[in-house]
Amino acid sequence: MGGFWILSTMTFLPLLGALLIVIVRTATAGQASEDDQGRKAMAAALIVSGATFIASLWVFANFDTSRAGYQLVEEAQWYGTITYKMGVDGMSMLLILLTTFLTPLCIIASWTSIKERVTEYAVAFLVLETLMIGVFCAMDLVLFYIFFEAGLIPMFIIIGVWGGVDRIYAAFKFFLYTLLGSLFMLAAVVYMSIVAGSSDFEVLEQYAFTPTAQTWLWLAFAASFAVKLPMWPVHTWLPDAHVQAPTAGSVILAGILLKMGGYGFLRFSLPMFPDASQLFQPAMFVLAVIAIVYASLVAFRQTDMKKLIAYSSVAHMGFVTLGIFSFTEAGVQGAIFQMLSHGLISAALFLIVGVVYDRMHTREIAAYGGLVVKMPIFAALFMMFTMANVGLPGTSGFVGEILTMVGAFQASTWAAAGAALGVIFSAVYMLRLYRETVFGEITNPKLETMTDVSAREMSTLIPLAIGVILLGIAPWLIFDITESTTTRILTLMAGG
Amino acid sequence: MMDWEAIFATIAPELLLVSAGLIGVLIGAIVGDRFNGVSFRLGALVLFLAAGAALYNFEGAEAFGGLVTTNAFVNFAKVVSFILAGVALFMAEGFMRRHETIRYEYSLLVIFAALGMGMILSASDLMTLYIGIETLSLSSYVLASFHRDSARSAEAGLKYFVLGALASGMLLYGASLVYGFSGSTRFEAIAEAELSIGLLFGMVLMITGLAFKVSAAPMHVWTPDVYEGSPSPVVAFFAAAPKMAGMVVFAHVLFTAFGPAFEDWRIIVAIIAAASMIVGAFGALAQTNIKRLLGYSSIANVGYALVAVAAGAELGAGALLLFMTAYAIASLGLFGGVLAMRRRGGMVEDIQELSGLVRTQTGMALALTVLIISVSGFPLAVGFLGKLALLQAGLDAGLLPLVIILILSSVVAFGYYLRLILIMWVNEPKEAFERVDGSVMLVITTTALITIALFVFIAPFDRAIDAAAAGLLG
Repeated sequence: MGGFWILSTMTFLPLLGALLIVIVRTATAGQASEDDQGRKAMAAALIVSGATFIASLWVFANFDTSRAGYQLVEEAQWYGTITYKMGVDGMSMLLILLTTFLTPLCIIASWTSIKERVTEYAVAFLVLETLMIGVFCAMDLVLFYIFFEAGLIPMFIIIGVWGGVDRIYAAFKFFLYTLLGSLFMLAAVVYMSIVAGSSDFEVLEQYAFTPTAQTWLWLAFAASFAVKLPMWPVHTWLPDAHVQAPTAGSVILAGILLKMGGYGFLRFSLPMFPDASQLFQPAMFVLAVIAIVYASLVAFRQTDMKKLIAYSSVAHMGFVTLGIFSFTEAGVQGAIFQMLSHGLISAALFLIVGVVYDRMHTREIAAYGGLVVKMPIFAALFMMFTMANVGLPGTSGFVGEILTMVGAFQASTWAAAGAALGVIFSAVYMLRLYRETVFGEITNPKLETMTDVSAREMSTLIPLAIGVILLGIAPWLIFDITESTTTRILTLMAGG
Repeated sequence: MMDWEAIFATIAPELLLVSAGLIGVLIGAIVGDRFNGVSFRLGALVLFLAAGAALYNFEGAEAFGGLVTTNAFVNFAKVVSFILAGVALFMAEGFMRRHETIRYEYSLLVIFAALGMGMILSASDLMTLYIGIETLSLSSYVLASFHRDSARSAEAGLKYFVLGALASGMLLYGASLVYGFSGSTRFEAIAEAELSIGLLFGMVLMITGLAFKVSAAPMHVWTPDVYEGSPSPVVAFFAAAPKMAGMVVFAHVLFTAFGPAFEDWRIIVAIIAAASMIVGAFGALAQTNIKRLLGYSSIANVGYALVAVAAGAELGAGALLLFMTAYAIASLGLFGGVLAMRRRGGMVEDIQELSGLVRTQTGMALALTVLIISVSGFPLAVGFLGKLALLQAGLDAGLLPLVIILILSSVVAFGYYLRLILIMWVNEPKEAFERVDGSVMLVITTTALITIALFVFIAPFDRAIDAAAAGLLG
């Protein structure tokens, strides 16, 4: 590419915007009302995140989908053997696009629902965006860790400041749970860079660790990614974090942060520790199937809409685990696809809950019923995303689930059979949620004053709806991009 | 025939400090109270000059027949310690003025304490080491009780003195045993002596005494009380400069004089490290007084630094310097924050007093958040690189259990660091603190910026540390 650092520009653009907002705010302190400043900060954040989205499209335009391996590489010396090295491949390119796509939607979704400390909110989101993009761009293990870990602080503050009643508890649980897993990964990262003499992905992918070392390293990495994904039984932070987080926080959490777990497994565990991955395949299958079945059953019993969707996320991420550890092309392709698809669908579902929560200030399913009468457009959109979450053909949810199951079937019939059970359950709990909130008589008098989705809310939901349908009917758009990455991961795993 | 050049190259900073200190005593005696205010600024300047002198003779030399030897390793620590001491003195003035205890003796005591730090860092003989430690300690005892009208300050000074004297006694007894069994007080000669039980016994007593001085568990009990009772600017001084110097001396003595006994002292240091990490992490959880909390945090951080010592000279020296520098800078900044906690004319010390700081004093809250992130070893500030270096040293040396304790205690420690961040960011704001001294604010923001700048532009700093570590290995 020569000269211009396109990836770093994209990555640090939001951070730059955040700094500008802070500077302007400090300079104009006292001149304008805080509320007025907040509005302007949100507008600035929207512009910056929009510009970042355009920057990511520009990166995508420079990205050669036919080539395997990392592209647009930028490298600089940093500290000891650690380099500042950025690059993208098919998988990370798509996850970056998902990140830059969801962040502006989050800002729009928070436009009126965040009333306090609006400037700080805009800054926190922009900082978080830089760190999330950085995670997917980093090509050095320590650099990856830094982005991965640093993202916890803005998310901690987003949950802790703008969250619900139990936000402090949820924020601490989220932070400490994730941190404990991550620090073991850090020890593994340090060990790897000592043994291999470098923390560069491309060096580590070629380096053959001894089987014993692989086992321990794999476990240390899994400690971090399993919490992040999250897998059963270390998923318990997720429902708390989701319920307490503000709507946009949940969107980012479900849409991007969970994907880092799957990304980590695909990026590190499979190519760098192939023997250990083989060794733990049965265990991962068992945990994935338990996650799918157990989380689906738990979701069915929930009375809180956000909690239900949170458990549904746990179940859907189970499919990702299943696909990854099938070590088949279909499975891995499906897992990447499922991550993107779930990123769109869960984001949309949390926005849907946000729409009614902003009006009623409750997430109890029992408080709703008969919304279709008052909010027909809302009901239609909600129906679409419900069907997508269930995995109806024609939506992106279907493609991801079917492919991961095809992959899993090639590796283990039983695992695929267990996962199929989860597909049925997902229909049960999602349809129950839909029926009890949208259909039936209006029993709660407060619902009489409900208004349908506003133009602003439409502008967040419609792009997601288009994405879900587009990926559902034209999945090859994604597969063309991820194919070379998938082949590369599986070749590396096979020892090539 | 004295080699004046070598003498000057070795003790130039100390020479500067001792002359400045003695001249200061004379000036004070002549001009009296008019010297009080100026002495703080002049003292800081002298300390910065001493740092410059240490930097000028960075490679070091040997003088006085081996009583004093400097190398790049100790000179690095000298430069950092003197600068930190100077900054601590610089930001003390406003506090002392308000408490009507602004006296030139304070500046002189800090200078003499710094002289002690310089002496122990240069020591290559048990005698020099002991005299240096006593110079540092006696100045510290007086500083701790500097608010002589305050019962808390007097208590802190007395407690520090009694326990410190005991530790000095152990150190001295250990030194005498070491001398008796090795036949020499020079580090070089001790290292060549045959390892006997008596020598090891003396070594253990010396480790105990030194562990007290750096407040490593189980010799840590004085720390929270002294931190709580002493005047805040004094604690700001204690927590940074002597800590840095003390840890480096601890490592230097073990690495040089007891180098051949590595396998014997390593297990002791590892146990002390583990105990300090655990005590520091869990002890801080229940604290509500910011000074006590930071006291426990310093115990935990000494524990982390000891992991580098246990890793040995080759692997640990650089990590120790990086980690301690990062910690000392952030710690100084955080105590700047403690100095800024002032309402209605008095100091407040409960952590809840920081409530909603981000709403009332945004700049300070941001800087303190950065400093807390750095001290907790979280990415985006230099503290992370310090911890990374420790992990590297620990794993490279095969100290897996210690590394696991380091990780687990870091998670526990995050519990209270996060609570501080949460209090500043989430809680409902209280009334703003009184106007913060310009010097204190300058220190808080500068230290915060330095922790970030060092994180991003670590490479040149890392080269300096490599050079310093190479100086130790010869």
